[in-house]
Amino acid sequence: MEKIEARDVNFYYGDFHALKGISLDVPRNKVVAFIGPSGCGKSTFLRLFNRMNDLVPGSRLEGDIRIDGKDIYAPGVDVDELRKNVGMVFQRPNPFPKSIFDNIAYGLKVNGVKDKKFIRERVEESLRGAALWDEVKDKLNASAYALSGGQQQRLCIARAMAVSPSVLLMDEPASALDPISTAKVEELICELRKEVTVVIVTHNMQQAARVSDKTAFFYMGEMIEYDDTKTIFTNPHKEATQNYITGRFG
Amino acid sequence: MRRFLEKIVKWLLTGSGFVTSLVILLIIGFLFTEGAGLFRERIIEEGYVLALNKDNPVKEMTAAEIKAVFDEDIVNWKELGGSDMAIETFRLEDAEKYFSEEQLGEHYENAGGLISGLVASNPGMVAFIPETMAVEGTELNFIKDKTISPKEVFLGNEWFPTATPAPLFGMWPLLAGTLWVSLFAILFALPFGISIAVYMAEVASPRVRNFLKPVIELLNGIPSVVYGFFGLIIIVPILQQVFGLPVGESGLAGSIVLAIMALPTIVTVAEDAMRNCPRSLREASLALGATRWQTIYRVVIPSSMSGIASGVVLGIGRAVGETMAVLMVTGNAAVVPASILEPLRTIPATIAAELGEAPAGGAHYQSLFLLGVILFFITFFINLCVEFISSRNKAKSN
Repeated sequence: MEKIEARDVNFYYGDFHALKGISLDVPRNKVVAFIGPSGCGKSTFLRLFNRMNDLVPGSRLEGDIRIDGKDIYAPGVDVDELRKNVGMVFQRPNPFPKSIFDNIAYGLKVNGVKDKKFIRERVEESLRGAALWDEVKDKLNASAYALSGGQQQRLCIARAMAVSPSVLLMDEPASALDPISTAKVEELICELRKEVTVVIVTHNMQQAARVSDKTAFFYMGEMIEYDDTKTIFTNPHKEATQNYITGRFG
Repeated sequence: MRRFLEKIVKWLLTGSGFVTSLVILLIIGFLFTEGAGLFRERIIEEGYVLALNKDNPVKEMTAAEIKAVFDEDIVNWKELGGSDMAIETFRLEDAEKYFSEEQLGEHYENAGGLISGLVASNPGMVAFIPETMAVEGTELNFIKDKTISPKEVFLGNEWFPTATPAPLFGMWPLLAGTLWVSLFAILFALPFGISIAVYMAEVASPRVRNFLKPVIELLNGIPSVVYGFFGLIIIVPILQQVFGLPVGESGLAGSIVLAIMALPTIVTVAEDAMRNCPRSLREASLALGATRWQTIYRVVIPSSMSGIASGVVLGIGRAVGETMAVLMVTGNAAVVPASILEPLRTIPATIAAELGEAPAGGAHYQSLFLLGVILFFITFFINLCVEFISSRNKAKSN
């Protein structure tokens, strides 16, 4: 059984048919990248996995999405529980206007963890996991806004990892960062696959090539091709994929 | 031609800016000069003296003591540091008790001599008479007249601006009344205001919000007399019944009316602040498995705290300066309130109620301007708070 299984997913924003009949499996503890031009539906698809699109009024889903074999859109599913299991990192770093420590501890606290010692340990583990510990260990009580953009994004990754999810969704996590910070985040993604299954949306094809095991190419709400990253970038089967990765459009 | 027009527009804009600032400065200057005039006024009413028998050792009396003497609250000179002797007060109206009309003369032309003689022969007498009647050469003592001291004004507990011979301008009861009413108004308005704001920003469907928001903003436009009227007809009788009060007009009634009046400001500003809370923060919280309510009280409210605080402070500003509604429902007793259920009187209400009867340029008139100055400082302080909070907010979001 694959980690995430999507079958015949159609998604609508009001009358707009945003995703057209997509089926795709994400294997456990791998990094899967979604690439494609702006507006192709890759972010929309990503946000279905933690039901973030529920917040969009007038949206509608058809089809089936399963994580660990369980239909996440079945009636009676606890959305908060699902989101705890499926973490997310957003395009722009979005730390809370709180201290570094409280940012990481937030996810634990809202999930009912009261044990202070456990929280402290988990904060340290998560920050170490995000390769941020050495940079912030002396200023855990400083505002998260005092960090640089790249540090903030790694803080957000640490924050998502603190609640021990089994899937991490990343929506263009490096698009607002400079090259050095981007390299650090990419390195981190490669590390993360030991613990979680990662689905990453990216605009940057080199990034997809560098970090992912499998790549899906989206175009106009359809999934054109999904294969091993190597195959997609060296020997794509579809012409559209070929055109896109060679930079002929997009 | 176009350049010429642009120049004219530029001058017009600059000019209007200058004129407005100038007018505001003039108003403030006027307020301050008139208010400060109070401290140049004498304790005893202008043109009058307090005459004593020359054997009486008392030389000075405070305004409060003078009032107590003439109200017969102090009846023995002993209490004022003099000898053990009963105090006899004499006002000009009492002249006919002592002398016949013929003796006084048709135009009181003999009154001066007679009264001076009367005081000279009565060791315990104190007479409040016009300066012109104190005849030269008669052996009388006069109470030394001083200027009104700031201490008596700001810390004084008694507000009797029309008392004779010595009016009392203790502003503490009015200040206390203003602060009590405003404090309670905020205590009532805060929980309601924030709940409504949270409801409108986070819970209500767009249709409900589109209906509620204009309605709440409409409350801002209702004239304050109407609120006062509502308070007087509805709230005052209810309070009287519920608390079994002798009169329903009380600080509490004022607070409730003010709370209702401050609500729209608090709700509008706080709601805007919450809706401006970045979507990314909300999503970050939800994506960590927080419920909607956890997101609201752990992320949305804290991150829009400065906006909410601005709304609250603006609401307080409105409450502190509000006149009409408060005047109508608080009962207007100028005493330091021992509880919020007692009648009290606020600064704006005092100014509005008394300015009409205060003779222009007199001490009473100037004392009302001084009250205006105090009010100005309170609201100025509140505005500074708003400024501080919102500048901190800006610094944080950068």
